[in-house]
Amino acid sequence: MTDLLIHIVVLLVLPPLMFGVIGKVKALFAGRVGAPLFQPYYDLFKLFRKRVITSTATTWIFSTGPGVTLVTVCIAGLLVPFGHIPSPVSFTGDVILFAYLFGLARFFTAGAALDTGSAFEGMGAARDVSFSVLAEPALFIAFLVLARISGSLSVNGMVQGFTTGFSPETIAPVILISLGLFVILLTETCRIPVDDPATHLELTMIHEVMVLDHSGPLLGVILYSSAMKLFVLGAFLLNIAVPFSTGNSWLDWAVFIAEMVALSGIIGVIESTMARLRMNRVPVLLVSAVLLCGFAFILLVR
Amino acid sequence: MSTILVLTAITIAAVSGIPGVLSRRDSAAGQIVASAFMILSAAAGLFGAAIQLTRPVTTGTVFPWPAMGNTVVGVDPLSAFFLVPVFILGGLGSVYGLGYWPAAHGSRNPRRLQFFWGLLVAGMGLLTIAKHQMAFLLGWEVMALAGFFLVATEDHREESRQAAWVYLIATHVGTLVLFGLFAYWKSRTGSFLMEMLPRETIGMNGLNVVFLLILTGFGLKAGIMPFHFWLPAAHANAPSHVSAIMSGVMLKMGIYGILRFVSLLPDPPVAWGALLLTLGMISGLLGVVYAIAQHDLKRLLAYHSIENIGIILMGLGLALLGRTAGRPEWVVLGMAGSLLHVWNHSFFKALLFFSAGSVIRSTGAREMDQLGGLAGKIPWTAALFLTGAVAISGLPPLNGFISELFLYLGLFQTTIAGGTGSAAVIAVPVLAMIGALAVACFVKVYGTVFLGTPRSPVGDDATEAPFTMRLPMIVLAILCGTIGLAPFLVSPILDAAGAAWAGRPLSDVPPLASLVPLGTLSVFAVTLALTILATGVVLSRTKKTGRSAGTWDCGYALPTSRMQYSASSFAQSIVDLFSRVLKPRIHHPEIIGPFPLPSTAESHVDDAVLDRFLVPAARRIEKTIGWFRRFQHGVTQRYLLYMLVAVVVLLASQIPFGEILNRFFYR
Repeated sequence: MTDLLIHIVVLLVLPPLMFGVIGKVKALFAGRVGAPLFQPYYDLFKLFRKRVITSTATTWIFSTGPGVTLVTVCIAGLLVPFGHIPSPVSFTGDVILFAYLFGLARFFTAGAALDTGSAFEGMGAARDVSFSVLAEPALFIAFLVLARISGSLSVNGMVQGFTTGFSPETIAPVILISLGLFVILLTETCRIPVDDPATHLELTMIHEVMVLDHSGPLLGVILYSSAMKLFVLGAFLLNIAVPFSTGNSWLDWAVFIAEMVALSGIIGVIESTMARLRMNRVPVLLVSAVLLCGFAFILLVR
Repeated sequence: MSTILVLTAITIAAVSGIPGVLSRRDSAAGQIVASAFMILSAAAGLFGAAIQLTRPVTTGTVFPWPAMGNTVVGVDPLSAFFLVPVFILGGLGSVYGLGYWPAAHGSRNPRRLQFFWGLLVAGMGLLTIAKHQMAFLLGWEVMALAGFFLVATEDHREESRQAAWVYLIATHVGTLVLFGLFAYWKSRTGSFLMEMLPRETIGMNGLNVVFLLILTGFGLKAGIMPFHFWLPAAHANAPSHVSAIMSGVMLKMGIYGILRFVSLLPDPPVAWGALLLTLGMISGLLGVVYAIAQHDLKRLLAYHSIENIGIILMGLGLALLGRTAGRPEWVVLGMAGSLLHVWNHSFFKALLFFSAGSVIRSTGAREMDQLGGLAGKIPWTAALFLTGAVAISGLPPLNGFISELFLYLGLFQTTIAGGTGSAAVIAVPVLAMIGALAVACFVKVYGTVFLGTPRSPVGDDATEAPFTMRLPMIVLAILCGTIGLAPFLVSPILDAAGAAWAGRPLSDVPPLASLVPLGTLSVFAVTLALTILATGVVLSRTKKTGRSAGTWDCGYALPTSRMQYSASSFAQSIVDLFSRVLKPRIHHPEIIGPFPLPSTAESHVDDAVLDRFLVPAARRIEKTIGWFRRFQHGVTQRYLLYMLVAVVVLLASQIPFGEILNRFFYR
């Protein structure tokens, strides 16, 4: 019961902290002091207090975009185990629901973007759905590898087996799909090298440009959901990439939070040291993620 | 009991158009009578089908058929399963036609449409319950010819006529193949009855031939690639409710044919399941890729039908592989996914075609790049189209997700279990890609047509659809939602139909509910739907305290509606990704000098099979055979000469040339 409560509290409260960590790491690389660690929380509170300005061209779809994104990410967060502690909800086939919930969010976010009747938002929506065409197969091949290793079709079952140790022939595939899943994480959360979350030039934006016209609480919900999406996908990746569990519940939670901070730090390092890829090179990156996961599967069934 | 009900339903449907034909051209009464008959027939047929699905009893009613001896019809759970979309769409489409194609307001050929609509539904009903190949063929031909006349309803338009001709050619080639199949069947077994084919009488080679004939003949009707060439033009140029019933039900009759006849073949080898799975993957992927390259609303929806037929075939391939490998879970999951997708596709594709019809009726335009911002003017149509779009993209909590989930679970099982047929797992990333492409395509369609600002003045006088058009759409949307939110309601039906296909009693196959946690799924779907509604309501309250202004658009001062992303530009990245397959043709504008004159740009994607292969091949054949035209000159004297030459040659064949040569040269 306490695990369930801690899971929900961690899911709802911790995600904006990751954005703060990324900001601090980038500031460190740039030689600045940077924004405070809890700046994203201050931003959220400020946004929720503001008024909304809606475009005259929009319909009711405009406010469903942020709403659907928030709900789907929350529900997806309930499916993923945090730090090898079993998730609150688990059933056969929930891994497919996990992937398709993000698809639902993408549909309505892109719809809200097209609702404004602006060329920039249309650009971001077109790019976002086009990149997902290559990211989804990579994600599902990674699921196949995990299903074959663990023999289970739920997210809980897929990652639980890792705490009891590896059989030698699964180590190489797991490393490969960890890399593939990391690329998918960067794509889905629109970080460098796929998209630059700090710039507001239309040539370089994907996710940021889709939410240009949202303001006030709607923008706050979007910011919060993107933090939560990074958190949930990162938690999924960490279950596979860091397969050690101490067995003590409280220690596991502490280790998990430390792992998430470390992951955010790594993302911050990547953002500080790499530049964004040219837009026509991003499909190449995604195809390489597909190939990594595909090769992992071939290694497994060989 | 159910056979009598279904036969009554078929008869009522067949005669439903006759009162209309006998009445005046612009009388509304004939149309209303026809719709009433169709609703009656739908009620009877659905009741009969429901009896079979809940309490399956295999019966056969024998009818005398002068030339063949006897013919047999009977309803079993598989037939009943396919009868449900036939009658639902038959009834709903007829009601839709009252508002969409009203006889009293100058629509083209309304009486003919009603007449052949009834015949189409009757033909499809007959072929579904036929247990004798001749009755099957009768129903098949009635359906095919009725379809031809329905596609050609707007015969004053050149494209409709051409589409109808191509459709007729394709369906008759398919019927020819079916003739070959039934003739071969009869020559080996001695009867036309649709019963299990014994292995000894036909041998493995014969079975393979039979399987390929089934696939070709029914594939031409179902729209499997590369036999899909008739589909886009026919569905795009028919009236929208005709497109709905063709897309939603007529394609499924091809699937029914494949299902029924393959179930009669014993011991399927691995190659059959693998072939079906491969064809399903190709149709699914290429169908949606072609769809995303279209900018005509109904042509796009037609290509999506090809994609969904591909998904249905994938499920069927998985089920066949399960039969070969002896894994009942694969059979159950594959058949459940395939069959449920048959129903799901009928419902959401019909919903989409009905909404598209509403758009076309209010704006007069099928071209998406001319539309935009219609959600404010026709809100009901927009909301119903959104429901269909979310359903066809396979997103939770609607019904498309449930059938794709069954398919995914079955395919994942193949890799966990391993062994024969486990290479089916390659279908999983393909299915994922199909899903992502479908999301992309329907975001494009919904965003271009309903959202944003109008791109041209065609939509300025758009009015909402009348009640007769909205009611069928609402019913279909409710069906989509029900299956998505409560899948446990349909799982016993899927079990019954799947067991009927596998030829096993119901107690022998593992029930679907034991393989998939349907209750938990349902709870999830309901929670998802409720929380989205609640969040939406809360968030739209924020608009009350806010204010509105023009789109900020990063500070751009004078945006116009032509600056928005159009349908073609939205799809451009994906079309470029698949450009090797699609080969888009782009005519660039001519820009010469510093002050160029107005110019046009145009881009389109040809259909691979029709425009790049069949039409050029037909032209070449026509040129070669054109040499023989010199013999058709119309001069009577020369025709008499042909007759004289033919008589002389025939008489000469009686001369014993061997004898003559012997006498002259050897004696």
